[in-house]
Amino acid sequence: MLYTNLKHIETADAHQKFISENENVMICCGRMGPMCIPVYGIMEELEGEYSNVKFADMEFDSPESHVIRSVPEVKSFMGIPFTMYYKNGKLVKATSSIQSMTQVKSILDAEFSAAK
Amino acid sequence: MLNSALPNNNMETNNHYDAIVIGAGPAGLTAGIYLSRARVRTLILSEGTVGGQMILTHEIANYPGVESISGYQLSTIMRNQAKKFGCDIKSNILVETLNLHGDVKEVILADGTRYSTDAVILSPGGRSRTLGVEGEDQLKGKGISYCATCDGDFFTDKEIIVVGGGNSALEEAVSLTKYASKVTIVHQFDHFQAFEFAIEEARNHPKINFMMESTISAFHGIEKLEGVEIMDLKSGKSQNHPIDGVFIFIGYVPNTEFLESSIELNKWKEIVVDADMQTSIKGVFAAGDSIVKRYRQVTTAVADGTIAALAASKYIHELHQNKKLQHTL
Repeated sequence: MLYTNLKHIETADAHQKFISENENVMICCGRMGPMCIPVYGIMEELEGEYSNVKFADMEFDSPESHVIRSVPEVKSFMGIPFTMYYKNGKLVKATSSIQSMTQVKSILDAEFSAAK
Repeated sequence: MLNSALPNNNMETNNHYDAIVIGAGPAGLTAGIYLSRARVRTLILSEGTVGGQMILTHEIANYPGVESISGYQLSTIMRNQAKKFGCDIKSNILVETLNLHGDVKEVILADGTRYSTDAVILSPGGRSRTLGVEGEDQLKGKGISYCATCDGDFFTDKEIIVVGGGNSALEEAVSLTKYASKVTIVHQFDHFQAFEFAIEEARNHPKINFMMESTISAFHGIEKLEGVEIMDLKSGKSQNHPIDGVFIFIGYVPNTEFLESSIELNKWKEIVVDADMQTSIKGVFAAGDSIVKRYRQVTTAVADGTIAALAASKYIHELHQNKKLQHTL
């Protein structure tokens, strides 16, 4: 169980609904481990600042997270969390392993800025 | 509230704190709890997530008074305690400039926000040491890892390297044999620093072999890690080795780079403090994993934070008394 303060996505259907109903989405798929927790923390921190983006997490070991683990964009990933960025339901960016606040913000700004 | 010092320059009064704590691990949060409860107006600034290294601990079973708790939960409780007493906390910020000398100290963030304060407690903690060689940043998460329990299962039936010679390296190398077909430990010295039982367990494991007096000088790969360059430190010769994964366990380094030009550090870049956690600068205290000490535990960090907060409270009180006295003369 992921005991973060983020919205938890528990099924593949909920994942599909979430990315199709929201224009800009960031989902962190991980465990409660040392590489994942800092990313959840950053997302919780950014929820207020990026009101145009919806944030959520998904448990890496749940069979339902195949919707993230099996996409071609993560084929070379060998470190959790898998962090996925969706625009209008389409995957636009994915990162592997721990990320800093600066790295996350630069992706959010590049992919989800109002001008895009 | 002890806030009676005049703000520096044209700084807004609400950006003046009696004390600013830099770092929000167990030491910084404890300092925040003690200071705020003593009605010292306190701000905690954290460059990372609140909780520091503590949040990375799956289970803490030796924190007195609590039978078992996750580091994440314990840090949440500490944060809420500090906030309940009125402590302000700002996380994931970047400290750009510190002016620590004089009675009024200044902290400037990368976004331009300026704070003034009477006392500073430094508790920036530490982080995993990296090799700092070519390709390491780009291939992190794509074959290079710093956490065996997180990423071990990605390397099932693959050949991997573990870098390091301490307890973490040897114990994690053994645990990674659950997944990997072969584990090679690469270590820069001709002997290990780990406890004897950990060395024996690794030496006796059929899947583990060793490359001593060697170091990785470069990582190669585009989409993912494909190989490493290993240098023999005796001969200085390097050779390429194809490999699927590398796990790096070469200890911790204090987060004190931003302090190098301002306060006294020892040769390992740890902050030098006295018994009251006072640093080389008056009114600047330090606590937690970044100070000179032998044992780094949540309990020792909490103790450091307590001492630093009590000493800082006394310093602030005396500073304010002196200012009042000067004002009346």
